[in-house]
Parts: sequence; C-alpha cells; structure tokens
Amino acid sequence: MLEVTGLRVAYGGIQAVRGINFHVNQGEMVALIGANGAGKTSTLKALARLLNAAGGSVRYCGKEILNLPPHQLVSAGIALVPEGRGVFPRMSIVENLQMGAYSRRDNDGIEADKEHVFSLFPRLKERAFQLAGTLSGGEQQMLAIGRALMSRPKLLLLDEPSMGLAPLMVQKIFEVICAVAKEGMTVLLIEQNAKLALEVSQRGYVMESGEITLTGESGALLEDPKVRAAYLGE
Amino acid sequence: MTTLTLESLRHDKRAAIAATAVLGLVLAVLPFAVGNALGNSWLRIVDFALLYIMLALGLNIVVGFAGLLDMGYIAFYAVGAYLYALLASPHFGLHVPIWVIIPCGAVLAGFAGALLGAPTLRLRGDYLAIVTLGFGEIVRIFMNNLNAPVNITNGPQGISGIDPIHLGGITLAKPLTFLGFTIPSLHAYYFLFLALALLIIFVTIRLEDSRIGRAWVAIREDEIAAKACGINTRNIKLLAFTMGASFGGVAGGLFAGFQGFVSPESFNLMESVMVLCMVVLGGMGHIPGVILGGLMLTVLPEFFRHSAGPVQQAIFGKILLDPEALRMLLFGLALVLVMLYRPAGLWPSTTRRREFKGESTTDVLKEGE
Repeated sequence: MLEVTGLRVAYGGIQAVRGINFHVNQGEMVALIGANGAGKTSTLKALARLLNAAGGSVRYCGKEILNLPPHQLVSAGIALVPEGRGVFPRMSIVENLQMGAYSRRDNDGIEADKEHVFSLFPRLKERAFQLAGTLSGGEQQMLAIGRALMSRPKLLLLDEPSMGLAPLMVQKIFEVICAVAKEGMTVLLIEQNAKLALEVSQRGYVMESGEITLTGESGALLEDPKVRAAYLGE
Repeated sequence: MTTLTLESLRHDKRAAIAATAVLGLVLAVLPFAVGNALGNSWLRIVDFALLYIMLALGLNIVVGFAGLLDMGYIAFYAVGAYLYALLASPHFGLHVPIWVIIPCGAVLAGFAGALLGAPTLRLRGDYLAIVTLGFGEIVRIFMNNLNAPVNITNGPQGISGIDPIHLGGITLAKPLTFLGFTIPSLHAYYFLFLALALLIIFVTIRLEDSRIGRAWVAIREDEIAAKACGINTRNIKLLAFTMGASFGGVAGGLFAGFQGFVSPESFNLMESVMVLCMVVLGGMGHIPGVILGGLMLTVLPEFFRHSAGPVQQAIFGKILLDPEALRMLLFGLALVLVMLYRPAGLWPSTTRRREFKGESTTDVLKEGE
C-alpha cells in the first residue's frame, strides 16, 4: 500500500533521513522504532507532506505522493496524528472531530463515524462539549486519533502516541490502536517505546541516525540481541 | 450576561423579532437623536464609528479568525480611499459613479491583500507583524511620493475636492427630500454607512459559520493539525487576507467620499494600531465584541476630547492640562484597564471567556498566543 524508496530529508546541509526504504502492506501494522533524533518524525513528516523530501519516492496505492500538496493526502485516504497531539485547543471535542471530517461532505456518514469514535473512546463522549485544550494529555491523544479517524482514512500515520503519557493511559491508547487495526486499518506507527510498538505490530523497522539498520517480524526483532541491548535496556 | 440574553434570543423566536425591531428602531432614530441633542460634530463621529466598525470587522477576519497578526491593515483602507479620490475628483477630471468605484475598491484592496499574503504565508506572530507593518508604511510612502515624475497621488498635499457620494441622481452632500421628510446630509451618510456596515456584518456572520470560517479558526489554533485535517492552508490564508482587505477597501472608498479629501497623513501606523485595538479590546474573533470595540474606540477619544476641558474648568476653575494631551492619556489608561480586568476583551466569545476563566487547570493555553 505504501512503498518508500530512497527517501531523503535534509534540514539545510544536515541529512536527517539518508535514503531509507520500507513498505507497509494493506491491513498491516508496521512499527518504525528508534531513539530520539534517529529521523523517525522527519520520515513521517515527509510522508505527510509537511516537509519537503530532498529525494526519493513514496508511492501510495501505486501513485507517487511526494508531489501532492498535503491537503490532498487526506482525501486520498492518508491521515496523520501529529507528534505532541496537536488538537485545536479552543475548539470543543465535537468541533475537533468535525474538523477531522473537513474533507468529507457526507453528513450522515460523518455523524455515524463520530459515534464510532465515541464508542472507541467513551471518555471523549463524556466531555463532548469541553474545550480540547482543557483535556488531559491522554485525552488529547485520544482526540487526535479520533480526529484522524474522522477522515475515514485507509492508512493511519501515528507519530509517538505514547509520548509523555502515564503508563496506564498508554495502555488504553494502544488498546484502541489495536482495535482500529483489527477493523482492517493499515497503520504506520512511529515510536520510541520499542517494546510496546513491537508487541502490537506485525513488522518493524529500526532506525538509527537517519538509516534503517534492522528489519523483520516484530516478534523476531523483540528477540534480537541488538534490539534488546539498544532499546529494551538489557 | 449579554451573551446569555443572546443565547435565549436564539431559542425564542418572538423575543428575537422584538429585539430586532427595537434595535432597528434605535438605529433609525439614532442620527436624529444624536444630531438634535449633541450636534452635528457628534453625528460625524457616529458616521466615522460605522466606518471603523467595517474596518474592525475586516481586520477581525485576519487577526481574530485566522490568527494572523496584521499591523498594516490601514493600507487597504488607503487603497480604497485613493481609488475613490482618483476616480471621482477634479484631480484627473474623472467622475465615476460610486456603484462602480466601491466594488472596484473592494477588488483592488482584496488584490493588495493577496499581494501581502502571498510572500508572508510562512510567517506568524511577531514576524508577520513586522512584515505587515512594513507593507502598511510602503503603501503610505507610495501615496506620499507618487507626485513625481508623473503626478498621480498629488503627494503630501493629498487630493481635495473629491465628489461627495451620489447615488443615481441624488447627492448625499445636500439635504435630501424624501416623501416629505428632509434628511440632512450627515444623516443620509449615516444610513448609507449603516446599510453597508450591516451588509459586512451579515457577510462576516455567514463566513464565520461556513467551512471557510472553521478552516480559519483551525489554522489559528494549530496550523499543522489544520493541514493534517486536509485544509489547504495556503489558499485559506490568502482568502483571509483578501476578504479582510476588501472590507477595508469598501470602508476606504466611503471615507474618501464622506471626507472630500484624502492625504497620506490619514493612513499612518497609528491608524492600523487603532483598528487592531478595536479588534483586541472588543473581543478577538467575536463579531458583536468587535463591533463594540469599533464603536467604543471611536467614541471614547472624542468623548475625552470634549469633556476634558469643561471638567477641569468645573473642578479647578481653569484648564490645567491641555485637553488634547489629556485625552490620549485617559484613552491609554482606559486601554490598560480593559486589558487588566477583561483580558479576553470587552465582549469575548463564550469560548474565549471559558478559556480565560480556566475551566480546568490542565493545558489551558497549550499553544499560547
């Protein structure tokens, strides 16, 4: 579904991503793990067209997307949950969800999807008319995921959903991510929390200093001595 | 309080109709009441207040809705005013009718807005403020210096003898006789300005409620998230600049026809700051608040000007401080007090009020301002 070849991202003269290749198949959850500064977020931003790639190609459903403007990706079926949540703080939860459906015009479908998001995150329903800026970090993350789902995407890009959250909240969020994946959503998950990411995904890529150094089945990566030493603290 | 009653009006149709009727009656009687009780100088101030309300509503689109800090907004007012001055005055000997000039002014100012917006798309906050400030000054300096080698704007002397606004065969410069009533000139201008102000209010309310309005607010709240929602942020921001500027162009044209004289002097930085104050003080992004801000900031300085002298005379028996200096002092003080005690503005939207009250302690102002 997503085919990345030779992707490079540079900030001025500094190369953050040095020609990486990876792919995500339909219906699969793939984790891209690595330490801080490895280039994960730069990769994702380039995929979501929030950054201009310095080179390479990204094909989505067979079509090159590196030359598309970012707002067209949403209607093409790619939704991004930005790093650090990025909800609209002075809009209510409902308004945030409606913004997620900005590219759609089928009001009935939007209404149904809103109910679906509320069933995934009952917490959000309780606070439907509260301003998003007044939610806790975990609730904001739920809202950001919910908002991304509102565009009815085929591919969900998640940037560090566990960042800065309490362990219990992380567990809740990941339960929902798994539930969404089970419904058939294709997910690309970017995480520093390697153990968690590899436990829920089918395949994983390990990124270091802008390059992909290891790849394989998530289960195998979890057992890999190098991964264990570098990311799992053993 | 006020919003509470507005809320109840939304639900009670009869109350809404009654309120509209009362408001309409007040607005219709206002010029006669003001003219008779306070004199024509105050009626002129009311006319100007309507122009400033149009300006404030235009700037509110850029600053209040889209969150783009524009410090050079008066440039679009200047564009509209000069267009009217050039097309309807003895300067070039042209006398184009108003119903051609005002739409042209809106379009030209809108184009100027896009011209300002295009190179500043990546800028925000203080950086954007500085660029727009520069833009405002450039326009003013152009007007000041375009008298050589070809005299276009007549330079610092400005253009005088501008045609008064006339609609069809009726000129607003002389008293109108209408169904046996005689409507003095200032009153006629009042009704014209009121009609256009109401039109602009209507357009703004519709815009706020539209997909475009929601996209503006999304960009203000978080631009990356807005992009991730599929909003074409480039076009939507350009549209904010264009729409806001076109309102300024309309107000500028009316100003030129009303005043009969334009010069670069009228479009300095202080004017931009004043309009920005109207938006911020009234309640950024909240239409009734912005209207209130425009009204207050036009009327208050004049009130201080008229009252500073007599009040001193009454208390001290003589005038100790120059009323002109004192009025700016009092005005400044009023601004400080409002910002201290009503940081969200005089009449903020419910959202802003909830936020400033801090309905919950976590992450209230995550994005800051």
